[in-house]
Amino acid sequence: MKNDIILAGVGGQGILSIAAAIGLAALENDLYFKQSEVHGMSQRGGDVYSHFRLSDKPVLSDLIPHGRANLIISVEPMESLRYLPWLSKHGWLVTNSNPYNNINDYPPVEEIISEIKKIKNHRIIDAEAIAKEAGSLKAVNMVMLGAASHYIDLNFSSLENSARSLFRNKGEEIIEINLKALRAGRDA
Amino acid sequence: MNRLLLLGDEAIAQAAIDAGLSGMYAYPGTPSTEIMEYIQASAVAAERRIHREWSANEKTAMEAALGMSYTGKRAMVAMKHVGLNVASDSFINSAMTGVNGGLIVVSADDPSMHSSQNEQDSRFYGKFALIPCFEPSSQQEAYTMTFDAFELSEKYRIPVLMRITTRLAHSRASVERVKYPVPQKELKLPDDPVQFVLLPALARKKYRKLLSAYDSLKYDIRISKYNTFTDSKRRELGIITCGIAWNYLMENLSEAETDLPVLKICAYPFPADLIKEIVNRCSEILILEEGYPIIEEGVRGILDNGAKILGRLDGTVPRDGELNPAIVAKALGMPVSHGKNVPEVVKMRPPSFCKGCGHSDTFNALIEAIKPWGQGRIFSDIGCYTLGALPPYNSINSCVDMGASVTMAIGAADAGLVPSVAVIGDSTFTHSGMTGLLDAVSKNSPVTVIISDNLTTGMTGGQKSEGTGKLEQICSGLGVERNHIRTITPLRKNHEENVRIMKEEIEYMGVSVIVSSRECIQTASRRKKTGASNE
Repeated sequence: MKNDIILAGVGGQGILSIAAAIGLAALENDLYFKQSEVHGMSQRGGDVYSHFRLSDKPVLSDLIPHGRANLIISVEPMESLRYLPWLSKHGWLVTNSNPYNNINDYPPVEEIISEIKKIKNHRIIDAEAIAKEAGSLKAVNMVMLGAASHYIDLNFSSLENSARSLFRNKGEEIIEINLKALRAGRDA
Repeated sequence: MNRLLLLGDEAIAQAAIDAGLSGMYAYPGTPSTEIMEYIQASAVAAERRIHREWSANEKTAMEAALGMSYTGKRAMVAMKHVGLNVASDSFINSAMTGVNGGLIVVSADDPSMHSSQNEQDSRFYGKFALIPCFEPSSQQEAYTMTFDAFELSEKYRIPVLMRITTRLAHSRASVERVKYPVPQKELKLPDDPVQFVLLPALARKKYRKLLSAYDSLKYDIRISKYNTFTDSKRRELGIITCGIAWNYLMENLSEAETDLPVLKICAYPFPADLIKEIVNRCSEILILEEGYPIIEEGVRGILDNGAKILGRLDGTVPRDGELNPAIVAKALGMPVSHGKNVPEVVKMRPPSFCKGCGHSDTFNALIEAIKPWGQGRIFSDIGCYTLGALPPYNSINSCVDMGASVTMAIGAADAGLVPSVAVIGDSTFTHSGMTGLLDAVSKNSPVTVIISDNLTTGMTGGQKSEGTGKLEQICSGLGVERNHIRTITPLRKNHEENVRIMKEEIEYMGVSVIVSSRECIQTASRRKKTGASNE
């Protein structure tokens, strides 16, 4: 078993929480993994990404080789396309449809969506609507994790456990919102 | 739980706690910041009363760590690679004095300059100072090595340099902890009361001692478990790797289901006889180093007429930038896989000021205030406000090293560029700007120093800033005239007034300081937040 996952988004969108959730689930299942992330300057509204490598054998490189990722999970549509050089021919691209527009030359959303549709295996999710429905716009990241969970070799219940432990210091209400978001993402 | 989910930085931090650390010293700098942050947040560190406060800069941190070591206790100091330049005076002399309690100096290099001004390789400093250097290839190795680094430090009574790079520092994996942590050391002063006295007559003796100890140190490093030679039947190509370059190599070899003779170097000074061994066995040698071609230069030597060497110096591997699996595959002559290209519709998304950031209001006021004198006279520094170089501001003309804004403005004013303005952050000012300001006061330079004060060390994530609440007092103490120390609040509603104050001080033909003070929007919102966080 080997899952090479790229997480993409904009600084502040919570992609490191997605990574942490997968990491905790991997730990629970005694799987090997390495997860490389970006800290520092680009976190100020720049593009951020994380390489997550999950396997039943020891993981060597911290970085996914080009053309080998099984999955891109993106919290932002344009960002999902930035990592296509890493996506394998049979890989899945799962992205939020709502743009995060903090630059002057942000392209028309239709153009982005039409590029995404050129990828054979893609899922486009209105994660904002689902997160809102679950109780908080901030839970967009958990919606995306739920939507991508079909392509990750982990039990969904392990991901639920991770969400519980990630938000355990935030109180029951926040835990429930995030679990709801995770499940609604899975069913989307 | 004995297995933890840790960044490379955190693995070192956890190991130091488990190895009986008594004092942790650091100045924030990507990619090293998380080492101190982890120890600050650790309940065990609190229980063990490990000293763990930020220092004003890397030099004061290094010296305080050396002081902790003087008392016989174990100490660690962490910094980013360019921080080691700042700490280099005490770092190099600490090899001369030696240590009492074990001392580890962690330097986190940033090849490809993800968040830095250069990609210098800290291993050079180890060689320069005759200090042994460890370079872990994985989080688990980083954990284990920290224990061995303390042991080695105490055995040879010398600091040990631990060099990591961005990808290890900021990559997470599960790490197995030791069952029985090492107790902290008791206070015990050095047997030799002048061990730390580098008077020339004493220093000459100490240097000879350092040189002679270096030979046995080399032997210890040679037999270290961190330098391993794995042979194979193949003879056409042998590989020498160090640190995380080994991961990229093994990724490619295991993918291709093949093997090659591999010498993995994770401890320095590098083992010359192991290098000779692999060179003698193979017709060609490929050297894979994350960073500068240090081993490669050593192996080639000046004459470079021995074995056929491939590496960064002959272009087999790019001369600059970090390695990755694709670069290593290409160097091995293996096929390189590639997905689709990035479609043209994808635009750059550079970092930018957060919405509502005080720095942006400061720049808006400064751009208007300086207009009458024209462009090309704003010297800046290192921090979030360096983003003033990007559109729509395009307003700063320098960003060189911590504190250089003040001193470069002085030099430019000396040359006749009057007025010259420095823009420096509060934490950068207390790191290395204060001495420059003293220079300005001493010669009454016609410069205006704008301290863009966000009450924190912002760029690295909001650590304590040493000058918070004291900046005016510090400037006044350094001799800036009280009526030319102005404090403004960078808000849009104060724009006109701020422009006026800036103009007044820029016009003044002496040293003036404007403290433009408003809390970082990130730390402010974290402080106010009581509920959810999805970050």
